[in-house]
Amino acid sequence: MNKVVAGADEAVKDIPSGATLMLGGFGLCGIPENCITALVKSGINNLTCISNNAGVDDFGIGLMLQGRQVKKMIASYVGENAEFERQMLSGELEVELVPQGTLATRCMATGYGMPAVFLLAGIGTEVAEGKEVRNFNGKDYLLEHAFDSDFAIVKAWKGDTQGNLIFKGTARNFSPLMAMAGKITIAEVEHLVPIGELDPNAIHVPGIYVHRIFEGKNYEKRIEQRTVRKKIS
Amino acid sequence: MALNKEQIARRIAQELQDGFYVNLGIGIPTLVANYIPEGVDVVLQSENGLLGMGPFPFEGDEDADLINAGKQTITTIPGSAFFDSAMSFGMIRAGKVHLTVLGAMEVADNGDIANWKIPGKMVKGMGGAMDLVAAAKNIIVAMQHTNPKGESKLLPKCSLPLTGVGCVKKVVTDLGVFDITPDGFRCIEYAPGVTIDEIKAKTAGRLTIADDVKEMVV
Repeated sequence: MNKVVAGADEAVKDIPSGATLMLGGFGLCGIPENCITALVKSGINNLTCISNNAGVDDFGIGLMLQGRQVKKMIASYVGENAEFERQMLSGELEVELVPQGTLATRCMATGYGMPAVFLLAGIGTEVAEGKEVRNFNGKDYLLEHAFDSDFAIVKAWKGDTQGNLIFKGTARNFSPLMAMAGKITIAEVEHLVPIGELDPNAIHVPGIYVHRIFEGKNYEKRIEQRTVRKKIS
Repeated sequence: MALNKEQIARRIAQELQDGFYVNLGIGIPTLVANYIPEGVDVVLQSENGLLGMGPFPFEGDEDADLINAGKQTITTIPGSAFFDSAMSFGMIRAGKVHLTVLGAMEVADNGDIANWKIPGKMVKGMGGAMDLVAAAKNIIVAMQHTNPKGESKLLPKCSLPLTGVGCVKKVVTDLGVFDITPDGFRCIEYAPGVTIDEIKAKTAGRLTIADDVKEMVV
């Protein structure tokens, strides 16, 4: 089963304006750089984006914000982005803030075919407003719904032509969960290999969840907070 | 003299016990990692998907695919493990993480915490804080006792939107160490050179002083 497409432009070409997209990554770590570039080029708009963060001004989802392509952002933390702040405060951009674990678990629920889950985070806070509460073993939980996502776009370290994916380090974060949650899942990978080359024991996302795959180019892999210690000789 | 940030971190490090899995938040909590007592084996969890967080990399060894939840470059250590964000919060929710240390804007004398939103200011989001405070078995807050205006951050009731309710167990400030009890904050230690009167004056929430209150060792 060959799921390889020519590149990012080909992979995103049928994403229409108004679509709901999941985008993998934590900060700028593990973001699908090639597909974001292609989405910016495509000029589609009115997008709902589900991603832990919203990039920085000139990288990641920040590039899509610059072109006013995003109508609504669902994220857990959106600092570090002046254009985001401007659009949010002016009302151009709708923002739904979701606790990080709830965000991850709602993605997971989608990929596991569960309509909703009961979670603790946000009980007694404004996050709980309007949500159904159930008590289990003396504790209150919020009913949190799975996401409905037209496309999921992730970046993996390695993938094979059948769509099996392996992530590297903390670039894994939300990406496997989102890969499992898209109605259509697009994976860009640093290394695309023939089937049989990846160790079946090492696969993080089996190819059944992945519809399109391609080897990305020119990864910048920008570091947000370069923090080092001095070598003591 | 009130404690500096390093001293607050050093005092919190005394709470670490051998075998603990610990999540350290951004700011003063991150510094706790520098003062893990000799002979105490703890594993640091980073909620973006790592157990066994090592120190910052040496210059030139930075890896864009290896960061902590504060987006800083870090390293792994022998025994480290990576996982996805759902498993990360799964282990937090399931009570596998023994201790969470985080900062706060306000703590109430019933253990409520506010640390994510100031109405009228840009809201950056709660990140993983709500998940952590809702689930962690033991939560220690590291913060200054008063805000820059000199107002108490230890309150009868939080004025800011809450992050979690009744969850904080202990607060370590620049002035002292406080347990959260049914009677409010209980001062169990005071910083060297800080008087009980000063603590009383700067604590707006209900406050009791432990019979065996003592000077903090830092």
